[in-house]
Amino acid sequence: MEELIQKLKVQIIEQLNLEDMEPDDIDETDPLFGNGLGLDSIDALELIVLLEKEYGIKIENPKDGQKIFYSIKSMAEFIESHQK
Amino acid sequence: MEQLIIKTYCHIKNNHVYINGQPAFDYPEANSMHDFLKKAFKHFKPGYAKFYKMDDISKLGFLASEVILKDKPNQNCAPEDVGIVISNSQSTLVTDTEFQASIEDDDHFFPSPSVFVYTLPNIMMGEISIRHGFRGENAFYIFENFNANFVADYINQLFLSQKLKACIGGWVDQSSESYEAFIYWADDQKDGIPAIEHSGNEIERLYNLIR
Amino acid sequence: MSSPIVVTGIGIISSIGNNLKETTHALLHMQSGIKPVSILNTRHAADFVLGEVKKTQEELNQLANADQTKPWTRTALLGLIAAREAIQDARLDHSGAFKTGIVSASTVGGMDRSELYYKDFIGEARHKEFIDTHHAGDHTEKIAETLDIKDYLTTISTACSSSLNSIMFGTRLIKNGILDRVLVGGSDALSKFTLNGFNTLMILDKEHCRPFDESRAGLNLGEGAAYLVLEKEEAALKQGKKIYAYISGYANANDAHHQTASSEEGNGPFLAMQHAITKAGLIPDDIDYINVHGTGTENNDLTEGMAMKRLFGTRIPPFSSTKAFTGHTLGAAGVIESVFSIIALQEQKLLPNINFKTAIPEINLIPVTEVKNAKLGHVLTNSFGFGGNDSTVVFSSNKTRVS
Repeated sequence: MEELIQKLKVQIIEQLNLEDMEPDDIDETDPLFGNGLGLDSIDALELIVLLEKEYGIKIENPKDGQKIFYSIKSMAEFIESHQK
Repeated sequence: MEQLIIKTYCHIKNNHVYINGQPAFDYPEANSMHDFLKKAFKHFKPGYAKFYKMDDISKLGFLASEVILKDKPNQNCAPEDVGIVISNSQSTLVTDTEFQASIEDDDHFFPSPSVFVYTLPNIMMGEISIRHGFRGENAFYIFENFNANFVADYINQLFLSQKLKACIGGWVDQSSESYEAFIYWADDQKDGIPAIEHSGNEIERLYNLIR
Repeated sequence: MSSPIVVTGIGIISSIGNNLKETTHALLHMQSGIKPVSILNTRHAADFVLGEVKKTQEELNQLANADQTKPWTRTALLGLIAAREAIQDARLDHSGAFKTGIVSASTVGGMDRSELYYKDFIGEARHKEFIDTHHAGDHTEKIAETLDIKDYLTTISTACSSSLNSIMFGTRLIKNGILDRVLVGGSDALSKFTLNGFNTLMILDKEHCRPFDESRAGLNLGEGAAYLVLEKEEAALKQGKKIYAYISGYANANDAHHQTASSEEGNGPFLAMQHAITKAGLIPDDIDYINVHGTGTENNDLTEGMAMKRLFGTRIPPFSSTKAFTGHTLGAAGVIESVFSIIALQEQKLLPNINFKTAIPEINLIPVTEVKNAKLGHVLTNSFGFGGNDSTVVFSSNKTRVS
């Protein structure tokens, strides 16, 4: 799990162009949206692509993203429980 | 009669930024436009993380507008009354190509929503409007070359019909080989700065200052 | 006061008809053009329904009577078909006494051919002639050349409000004496590019779209083109031309909120409608029908409804989205729906918002759901685009105080 969390941090920084941010700057329990990393709805869609591209997990309804993408930790848990 | 005056203008090309015709920043060793724009943005105005998420042509137009808006030429004008009229020749060709490439290969088919959003040239104006709360008319025109008379007439007409009180105008273009931005701010406040008439001739002259 | 600007010619092609007559018939008989995919060659053919013009490239070439020695994109062919109809309808001759121009809009331009020949562009020396047809201005140049329009030419690209902006700009060109007559409109063909793009934004409904319905789940894409011939009222009267409508008000505003979504209160849409009505010298109560943008996405319909409530209060005029007929035709939507609004004025009928069942609870607005007779003097049409580019035009059956 810890390894996955680290990997996700790197991937999110890369995919969402989070300039000047290092993996250590992100706390895995911090909210990704709103006051946390300040991501917006396009970033959420980009995270959906990331899940499919890197982990083979398809999300059909963008509304499901709200829970899954709450934090890095919730994302990692979702990936672990959905990967075979 | 009231008329618009050009207050400040910015050129960005060949890894150089010029403000009012004077060199303001350069980074000749940049190995790409992308690289250069990031460096330049950090030099002028760090602290708007969304900049890094834009495509390169939006970054180019956005940076040019930030550079001229840095000294707040618009103090006397409500943001609701500011319009934007920009033109270019290539629309968003480079970003279009990037998105196209992402749907070309069936085995690696992951089109990116954030790339797609930027395949419209007016998104750049949307980004500038979001940043400053500009609510006036936005127009984006495609011409083969910069048409100073067109931009001057268009904006003057909006001003005379009281659709706006200040305007950002110019040319922001990008091809696979080169890029170029010329952006100016015009309003009707005569406040000490040597006045440059907002006319086709003057805009053409300013545009050609940096070749 | 200068002479008002009027519409003297109309041309249109979309999934509901190849000309004005067929289009009017389909609207009044509630026949939608949204169907399973049969023209666009896409991996998503089984996933979505589209408002395609059910004609192959060959068939469009025939219908458009285009110069076969030149490379034609689907966008340019659709544009030529509609533009030619408008010119013929307005009986424009090129005697030389009049200055005539074209203002056309497109968002995807020649993407339909570019994506087809993309591999050839970078590889073999085939289809290279289509490299130059990619840019948004190509269709405008091709139409102008074919129809011998020489005095003025420009192309607008402001996303989904593009062609309403071309009507607005064309009107100003005549008002300012730059042109005597202008062909205004736009064209956009369907492409894999846009289908995949909107799919990544997750705002496509796999079923038929349901604008302003509680169950709405996104938009259907469509394609088409439409053009209006604009001239001064006095010139039209002098030549005994039919006047379809007066362009009485228009405005554009930026929502300044988000690249793809409208602000919760619908600030941009509110300002566009408010300023267009003021420009026409009217008050909100004067508007008899609204052809709303109504894409069928969760965000658009809710925020457009909010803006309408803010502007019209409890007296919201009869309104409908016609996108369940044609799908969202992107850059062409503004002018296609302007033609629909003019048809409403001409026929004195309200057009239906098909596929509607239940109002959106937050706004509780019920659109017109069947063709209904009504006395229509002023109709308003909205088009809102990505980048927060929001436009409104008001068409009137008679001149207004300030037109």
